[in-house]
Amino acid sequence: MSTPKRLLLTATSLLALLLFWQIAALWADSRLLPGPPEVFEAMVRATRTGVLPESIAITLARVAASFLIAMTLGSAIGILLGRSVALNELFGPWVVVLLNLPALVVIILCYVWFGLTEVAAITAVAINKIPNVAVTMREGAAALSRDLDEMAQVYRLPRLRALCHVTLPQLVPFFAASARSGLALTWKIVLVVELLGRSNGVGFELQTAFQLFDVAGILAYALAFTAVVQLIEIGLLQPWERRANRWRR
Amino acid sequence: MSAVAIDIAEKRFRATAGGPGREVFRGFRLDVGAGEFVALLGESGLGKTTLLNIVAGLDRDYRGSVRFGTVSPRLGYAFQNPRLLPWRTVLENVALPLPPGEEGRRRARAMLGEVGLADLADAYPERLSLGQQRRVALARAFAIEPDVLLMDEPFVSLDEAGAARLRDLLRRLLAGRPATVLFVTHDRREAVELANRIVVLEGAPVRIVRDLPLALTSAERASSARIDEVRRALGAQAQG
Repeated sequence: MSTPKRLLLTATSLLALLLFWQIAALWADSRLLPGPPEVFEAMVRATRTGVLPESIAITLARVAASFLIAMTLGSAIGILLGRSVALNELFGPWVVVLLNLPALVVIILCYVWFGLTEVAAITAVAINKIPNVAVTMREGAAALSRDLDEMAQVYRLPRLRALCHVTLPQLVPFFAASARSGLALTWKIVLVVELLGRSNGVGFELQTAFQLFDVAGILAYALAFTAVVQLIEIGLLQPWERRANRWRR
Repeated sequence: MSAVAIDIAEKRFRATAGGPGREVFRGFRLDVGAGEFVALLGESGLGKTTLLNIVAGLDRDYRGSVRFGTVSPRLGYAFQNPRLLPWRTVLENVALPLPPGEEGRRRARAMLGEVGLADLADAYPERLSLGQQRRVALARAFAIEPDVLLMDEPFVSLDEAGAARLRDLLRRLLAGRPATVLFVTHDRREAVELANRIVVLEGAPVRIVRDLPLALTSAERASSARIDEVRRALGAQAQG
């Protein structure tokens, strides 16, 4: 399908959703289910006071920090485990335990042990994400081509050159997959972390709105933040993936 | 002084879930003189690839030794599959084993010209035909100006015309940059057309059943009658 046609289809689909929402709001006729105009108004109001953009910026900074830490550590751990059978047998079970630890438990423990600090918040989010990245990257590292490895060995490629040209390109699809699922997971957990122990950011504003039963406010923050995350996906992640995949037929 | 002295006391394949272990080499010796083109002729599955991998240092799980005439010789290896990096352009693939920088790229470009692929320098390997990919692999092997060139059925699964063109190319490249060649094949015609020594292998464990020096002129190599004669002389051991 051509790009304009696809865009048109997406726009139509989103418009239909808006329409559905409006009808539901009219039918419910309640303060607890505001329609699109009320939510839009709340969005404009919060933007005018500057609270909405500031909260989004703060939350995004937390997402970025914990995302970077989780991707770096998770990839390193995953590649090590995928490359070494012994290490995988030794530490594989740890990853499984961490993977199945509820996010909320990690968050609470981090706050209890490190106090209600920025470091605790970002650590908690990173710890939640690291095992997911590690598991995906481990798959990739275990599936590395032995043929190409041997080629690199015969031609005596220095370690760094082999890493850049032979190993890492094979891991790009796995890296992209964990980055995509990672971004979605990270920002959801960041909101919870903010709700539980921070005094700013989107999560904190949501909690305030919750206490006031301000549903329009909740939806305004949620939609604005979702839109920003979508922009990151379309503007950053997808172009990078296209570039990394341009060799494919 | 030989360029490669192979002495494998013992090489076994370990028993795996897929099957029992087996002995591939026992007391196997082969000396290759500098500048020789040795064709290793034998049935598929005999252990010819294993032999090349041992010489290349990829397989160290054996008892014995491989000695080279020069200290740390430059090795080129044309694998059975081209083993190119699909995410790097043709030029980048040829430049890969060369020192990074403009000089390496210049040499790689010149090499691509020699194998007739200058136009495809910026293409990605998966867009090339198998024959073209094999040319790139040859260019990469010759780019490092190898002392020893290992070739593992590098022209298999090409049509006869394509294989003949690649054999011509190989002869031309070797004329420009002499190297000691170990060439694995199961095709007697290919062996006779290229080699100046044919070693016929049988197994298992692998042993040398014939070791035939060949001194054919290029005119004789071009004559199919002469080639058929040598093929007959190779005897009935290797059907090919």
